Amino acid sequence: MTVHQDPTAFSDRAATYQAFLAAHQTKAVLRFIACGSVDDGKSTLIGRLLHDTKQIFDDQISALQRDSRRHGTQGQEIDLALLVDGLQAEREQGITIDVAYRFFSTDKRSFIVADTPGHEQYTRNMATGASTADVAVILVDARQGLIRQTRRHALLVSMLGIRRVVLAVNKMDLVGWSQDKFDAIRAGFADFARELNFAEVKAIPLSAKNGDNVVEPGIAAPWYTGGTLLDYLETVPVHAEALNAPFRMAIQWVNRPNSEFRGYSGRIASGRVRPGDAITIQPSGRTSTVARIYTADGDLPEAGEDESVTLVLADQIDASRGQVIAASSAPLRITEQFEARLFWAAETELAPGASLLAKIGTATVNATVERIVSRIDPETGNPGPAERLAANDIADVSLRLDRPVAVDAYADNRETGSLILIDRETTDTAALGLVLAPKGEAAPAASAAPSDEKAPGLLGRLGRLLGR
Amino acid sequence: MSAALAAAVTPGAPASADRLSHLKRLEAESIHIFRETVAEAENPVMLYSIGKDSSVLLHLALKAFAPGTLPFPLLHVDTTWKFREMIAFRDARVKELGLDLLVHTNPDGLARGVGPVSHGSEVHTDVMKTQALRQALDKYKFDAAFGGARRDEEASRAKERIISLRTAQHRWDPKRQRAEPWHLYNLKKKRGESLRVFPLSNWTELDIWLYIEQEKIPIVPLYFAAERPVVERDGQLILVDDDRLPLEPGEVPQQRLVRFRTLGCYPLTGAVESDAATLPEIVGETLAARTSERQGRVIDKDGAGSMERKKQEGYF
Repeated sequence: MTVHQDPTAFSDRAATYQAFLAAHQTKAVLRFIACGSVDDGKSTLIGRLLHDTKQIFDDQISALQRDSRRHGTQGQEIDLALLVDGLQAEREQGITIDVAYRFFSTDKRSFIVADTPGHEQYTRNMATGASTADVAVILVDARQGLIRQTRRHALLVSMLGIRRVVLAVNKMDLVGWSQDKFDAIRAGFADFARELNFAEVKAIPLSAKNGDNVVEPGIAAPWYTGGTLLDYLETVPVHAEALNAPFRMAIQWVNRPNSEFRGYSGRIASGRVRPGDAITIQPSGRTSTVARIYTADGDLPEAGEDESVTLVLADQIDASRGQVIAASSAPLRITEQFEARLFWAAETELAPGASLLAKIGTATVNATVERIVSRIDPETGNPGPAERLAANDIADVSLRLDRPVAVDAYADNRETGSLILIDRETTDTAALGLVLAPKGEAAPAASAAPSDEKAPGLLGRLGRLLGR
Repeated sequence: MSAALAAAVTPGAPASADRLSHLKRLEAESIHIFRETVAEAENPVMLYSIGKDSSVLLHLALKAFAPGTLPFPLLHVDTTWKFREMIAFRDARVKELGLDLLVHTNPDGLARGVGPVSHGSEVHTDVMKTQALRQALDKYKFDAAFGGARRDEEASRAKERIISLRTAQHRWDPKRQRAEPWHLYNLKKKRGESLRVFPLSNWTELDIWLYIEQEKIPIVPLYFAAERPVVERDGQLILVDDDRLPLEPGEVPQQRLVRFRTLGCYPLTGAVESDAATLPEIVGETLAARTSERQGRVIDKDGAGSMERKKQEGYF
């Protein structure tokens, strides 16, 4: 079989491809987390997003039809949840037991979805999913309204620094698309979320099972005109808060292939850098200027957040893995003792005096939990006393390290204000941690009124005018 | 194809100039993972399977450590049933780039003559891939192995961590996975345990193709459509790559215009009919594809949850 190519069709194809390539290369990525309780229909919602944005292939549909008969919970219908419930153990139990990452894209954006389980013992998974997310989609079953889990999920994503939330009121078909029900849930959530420092809460009535207001508009609710879930995800600002953070890069690796070249490799945690910029190595305090921004594709005139580069400095100074290269004008805090909010993930208990490894940026140090300051109520966020911590507890503790490290408060910088604690014996990740601002310090700018892409704060505008 | 492409190029929101492109962000994340692993592991290795994902993985590794050379060797687990063009490509790349390549074949399997035709895909994969990989990792005492697996490939992979712990017996326990928040990777392990590291976790098949095109990365010619001798078996088009593939009575190889979306052992890897002979055409076809990439792999169909089970047994 030979295919004779029509030459005009081919050039059309090439032109369309070039346009596609250009669009894909400049498209932004939105990372979001979907959280809900058992039976809220979270897996179904994600399955629906994948299905209606045409990410599902024919062979996956036929596998789905086969699996739906074996494991499905939708009778004779296709169970979209099975698209995302990947592990056999999950299919047998009919629940999601671990974080899964899903990918889909539209003509406007690429999306990475963290699908996290909702039952109480899996707090750490939700914190993990939220740690890199720009937006949280919190599911509520319209029949049940707000439950304890909803409050927990909202509080948790707020703690992890997520500023934009979708309240997805699911299963609206099962309450006859009642506007009163929807309005009551929305108002109840707004009331609770007032304390949570969200920049935006977008409530959307939907039915994941039938597809209403997920990708396609729902015709059953003419009273709702606020757009679909996908509409929101395609237009919500990405990285809006991080645009003006100062330059930081943890040194991952010193690249010294020969006596002619010595570079410090890392991924820029925040801010921008240019040759000539004054930098400080922290915590050592040595200073220099950036001579080159080396990459395999050639030197760059400028680099910014999330880029992996190799910096060559103007001076021969001693710097190594575990240290941070920071803008001299805005250095990090150097400390060997600070308070951190922990999400305790280990099955073993944590008692004061416990000794663990802390990984902070690229530094791994010995850490002692000096004191449990308070346990945080996962529903209200209120502090209370605690002697020990059990799995999935959230608590503020006082950490002492065996040497100083450079950190920011998590509220200022998610990358340089976060840490993990590692159990020395099991080598498992025992806790996720957020560095808290020192007591008595004024509230950091980043946690004050959020700036928007379209309306940057005064500082942001000033910074841009000054070319920073 | 045109419908999918047209839908994909509808002008979206204009991207701001200071925003990192999707591919650049993926590249930066992968490079970060390579550097973290090399900084913390004692004896890392990169699993090189010669396919397109391995080609991208190698390209990223070279970028991560430039201007230096690769600080680890490559390991190819050779089942002896790879397409001949794959082996030729492998040897040419190794020579061109001056790479340190280790090749391991399960000597026991070789002596017993284990193969996909005589023993079936399950036994062949277990002996010549899973067991062979374990042998090689034990032999060289590698404590971290980079692989090119992606989360979009298969359901159980979507739940695996970027840094994935294996027991001393190389088993994966999906219920005992470490939290992996932010970009803080825990690379600690107990004596005897090892890590599988997946720098391409967040890439999709489309990202891989676009990146290959953008970076002009060489790949095995089998990915491009050409007239090739194939036989049709159980709905799969199998290339008659050498005389070890026994033909059924009356079965005659036919020249068909085909290409491969994945590469593995040739009797286990189905071709797809396609006229896509250039990267843009492959991308166009990928966008419009109505069957997912791994469909061409016989091993994924060995039973529900088959990949999860293989991984628990130590398959990569």
